[in-house]
Amino acid sequence: MSDFGLWDVFSFGPGGWGPAMARATLMTLAVALTGFFVGAVIGALGAWAKISGGRPLRVLADGYTTVLRGIPDLLVIYLFYFGSSAVLTPIGRFFGASGFFSLPAFLAGALAIGIVSGAYHTEVLRSAYWSVARGEIEAAIAVGMPRSLAFRRIIVPLTLRYALPGLGNIWQLVLKESSLISVTGLVEILRQAQVGAGSTRQPFTFFVAAAILYLAISSVTGWTMQRAENRFTRGLRRE
Amino acid sequence: MDFAFLLETFVRLAPGVPLTLRLALTSVVFGMVLALLFAVMRLSRVWPLVLMARAYVFIFRSTPLLVQIFLIYYGLSQFPELRYSALWPILREPYWCAILALTLNTAAYGSEIIRGGVQSVPHGQIEAARACGMGGLLLFRRIVLPLAVRQALPGYGNEIILMVKATALASVITLMEITGLAAKLISETYRAIEVFIVAGAIYLAINYVITRIIQMLEYRLTPYLRPAATPTAARTGEPT
Repeated sequence: MSDFGLWDVFSFGPGGWGPAMARATLMTLAVALTGFFVGAVIGALGAWAKISGGRPLRVLADGYTTVLRGIPDLLVIYLFYFGSSAVLTPIGRFFGASGFFSLPAFLAGALAIGIVSGAYHTEVLRSAYWSVARGEIEAAIAVGMPRSLAFRRIIVPLTLRYALPGLGNIWQLVLKESSLISVTGLVEILRQAQVGAGSTRQPFTFFVAAAILYLAISSVTGWTMQRAENRFTRGLRRE
Repeated sequence: MDFAFLLETFVRLAPGVPLTLRLALTSVVFGMVLALLFAVMRLSRVWPLVLMARAYVFIFRSTPLLVQIFLIYYGLSQFPELRYSALWPILREPYWCAILALTLNTAAYGSEIIRGGVQSVPHGQIEAARACGMGGLLLFRRIVLPLAVRQALPGYGNEIILMVKATALASVITLMEITGLAAKLISETYRAIEVFIVAGAIYLAINYVITRIIQMLEYRLTPYLRPAATPTAARTGEPT
């Protein structure tokens, strides 16, 4: 162990790991946010398929949510990271390039997280849609709103209101899941902590620092989510 | 699709199934005991205990499991006191580190599920029991616990499935369970898609069986929700 204090390794001065950890924190946020929004898009499509799709679409969406919620996320990350080369290399060959192609770690990770969280998004959005009171939609049609206007003005805002707590949970899940991308070598918080632990021989210090960073992100975003929830449910009577 | 390769992959991955199941089962069982302890602490009105339980749940639920695994497997070796202690033969084994991390992790989630179950017991039931002269441990054992278990069962079933999925992370600290074997096979054959299909199917099969067992338990524990055989039996629902 080094002779200086336990936390001096994270200084921002020369030789300190502060800047590296800060950059890694931004990377975690970037990959988690990208994954979350990819998942939201997939979830919106999946919820639409489950609510108003025909039978084949519903079966497809049901299969998707069942499979993705039943297999480990790490396996999906491996699939995207290693599997992408199986798909991309022949395409590269076709266009005359030689060598080995695969998705960059960031893209593979964000897509994998998006696909996994998309299954949770689908369920949250679907059940939120069903908790919108039918009378609200009927009222919109009764006052003569076209379907698209009713969707934009009535259905989307109300669905989001009911979905908000669920979306907050998914965000927390996605944030923690982003740590799994460290296995592909993407330098986010956990990977940076591993590197630091290896070169300073202070694994405990570095992994505790990683834990604190995740704790901080999840607390701050959790608090923000709570604020948003309060704001979007202003119109509801609370007991 | 190359079925011969799929079959060969299955043969290569199958030896990982017992380790996956052992990791999941051990940590779920130990985790449940610990979860019950933390739930009791959280529900006790002794503030140091409540605070401790809350802090535990907060810390373990807001950090990634992989960080917890690394902290235990790699992190603890930073302390020479620990490296020369009697605990080291256990803490240096990846198997026991994985079990420890999974157990501590599931205990945090489980304690919240159990707490939710206990708190969902309708107050009228407890009042009725008190009116009959029950109290203390008898009331807890006969009224609160059975009702809480029924309430908490679906949630705990989900948690068990999440644990089966979480055992995949043990592969990162060199344990050769299903995902570990799959990763090894992928790097040998470069056929990620086929290996993924087989490994995914194995996990789905395991989780399907667990779901069915939980559903069966749920059915057996909720006779009062089934269509009544006699008219009187239907009148034991929620008190208003």
